[in-house]
Amino acid sequence: MNLFFTWGRSPWGQQILQHISWDLFWASLFAGLAFFVAHASYMYLSPHRKRKAEETDAMEAARPDLPPKIVRHGGVARLFHWVMAAAMFTLLLTAFLPIVGIRFAWVAWHWTAGLVLAASILFHIVHASFWLDFKSIWVGPSDLPEMKAEILRELGHDVPGPKPGKYPLGNRLYHMAIVVAGLAVVASGLLMMKRVRTPLFTRDPYLLSDSTWGLTYVTHGLAGVALVGLVIAHIYFAIRPEKRWITRSMIFGRITRREYLEHHDPDRWVVSGR
Amino acid sequence: MAVIRDVMPAFELFQPASIPDAQALLARYGGNAWVLAGGLDSMDWLKDRIKRPQAVIDLSGIAALRGIRARGEDLEIGAMTTLTELVNHPMVRERFAILTEAAEAAASPQIRNQGTIGGNVSQDTRCWYYRAGWSCYRASGNICYADTPQAINREHAILEADRCVAVNPSDTAPALIALDAQMVVRNGEKERVVPAEDYFIGPSIDITRMTVLQPGDLLTAIRIPATWAGARYYFEKIRDRNVWDFALVSVASAMVADADTIQRMRVVVNGVAARPLRLRAVEEAVRGKPRNEETAKAAAELAIEGAQPLKFNAYKVPLMRNLVKRAIRGTEVA
Repeated sequence: MNLFFTWGRSPWGQQILQHISWDLFWASLFAGLAFFVAHASYMYLSPHRKRKAEETDAMEAARPDLPPKIVRHGGVARLFHWVMAAAMFTLLLTAFLPIVGIRFAWVAWHWTAGLVLAASILFHIVHASFWLDFKSIWVGPSDLPEMKAEILRELGHDVPGPKPGKYPLGNRLYHMAIVVAGLAVVASGLLMMKRVRTPLFTRDPYLLSDSTWGLTYVTHGLAGVALVGLVIAHIYFAIRPEKRWITRSMIFGRITRREYLEHHDPDRWVVSGR
Repeated sequence: MAVIRDVMPAFELFQPASIPDAQALLARYGGNAWVLAGGLDSMDWLKDRIKRPQAVIDLSGIAALRGIRARGEDLEIGAMTTLTELVNHPMVRERFAILTEAAEAAASPQIRNQGTIGGNVSQDTRCWYYRAGWSCYRASGNICYADTPQAINREHAILEADRCVAVNPSDTAPALIALDAQMVVRNGEKERVVPAEDYFIGPSIDITRMTVLQPGDLLTAIRIPATWAGARYYFEKIRDRNVWDFALVSVASAMVADADTIQRMRVVVNGVAARPLRLRAVEEAVRGKPRNEETAKAAAELAIEGAQPLKFNAYKVPLMRNLVKRAIRGTEVA
């Protein structure tokens, strides 16, 4: 078990869980980079299907009612995304640079970024619940046909199966993983702030029992190293040529009519005409 | 307190005769090597079986690490020079009396005969929670047992605490920083010279180490430039008993004054944080000021800004304030 966790000894001589083994950070970093290489190689070498330009031309000609630019992400949603991204980068850098030997006073930066992340997530939950199509980002059993069609397309088959609504299946699966890892890291991190001196809370190292603190630190560590791999995958997809239209939309907010018709099912993501 | 046991855990003992031999051993064993200087800190750790190194590298047989040499106007002190040799050296006594005074304040005559300057500056903290082998932050755990509501923390930090509240126990460290000493560190073929001020690190930078020394590093010498030679020095160490005790708070200062005006000054306190603290704000504040009660009082108030005492060490705040005041006045009257 020492491969994954670090154990210590309490003042009463009991063995207590402390945190994850930092080898897991390297494992996550390696996994993220291995995914990057494997996927890039596959995309370069495989016969995955790309829609012919004539097909999209025909779709575009059939929908002249659509505006030439379609809003995919509003300003508030984009602001949230980039604030969260900055907080996440700060958190990962302040957490893991000291582990790789770059020493600096990281704790205050870390919890400050953590609070920014927590606040932005809270804002996002409220914003998505009341102002956005909350269900459009989630995945469920009803998405299995789409998943099957997406896999077949990736394997080079020309299948007519369902296309995504507002968010591609990969986006939705990634969002699900980020929700799990992000909420775990924020919840455990907020608890851990009770163990360090901050101007916000009265420090209370005895808030939880030793074993519960151990589980909290392990949860924080596991979620943190998972986020390393997830962030690498996210950046990789953001810079892939065939995904740049999504990245552009996260910067400028809009996609073209052609991109809308090419990548989305207009029945699942309904855009009103001009 | 930890129970001292008679039998140390097994380790390989190496007694190299040269610096390259010692470095080769350090390179071979990396983080599993333990560098033994005078052994006064080391034996506690080993007998308590808290530290269990694979190899102990005893530096006592390396002649090149001993002795005090003049380098032009500067002075070079081998890391294995004992505190007694340092105290008795005429050149140190004549030009850098503050170092003599600080070294003489360390422990007891027997310990100074055995203890080295390199060991004195590189020793680990005396926090007994940590030294008892509990899994605290400094021991790679996730709690500081000294910073809890029930903790006995009379000797702990009032400044720069960052999760860990341990303090640096070295007597010579503040004097060396006041003298702008340079620490010569070798690792393999590489040699780097680190200002004494940067040699010591606090928990915010690395919670498991007191100095910049990494596995493989060897402190070989300490160089003292002539910059502060013959300055007005002040050193005072406050402790519970007058011999064989660690400082509760200590202060070391070097001052160049023209008549009664302070031209430049270095003030360093120890025992209040995990590293000896150079009080730059105080140094700036007193530059060009008359050396009088008013300046001393203002500087002393500035020195304790930001102090956050624990349950049992609030006394360190007025103690530090008074020591800084005395350092500026150069007298022991509070």
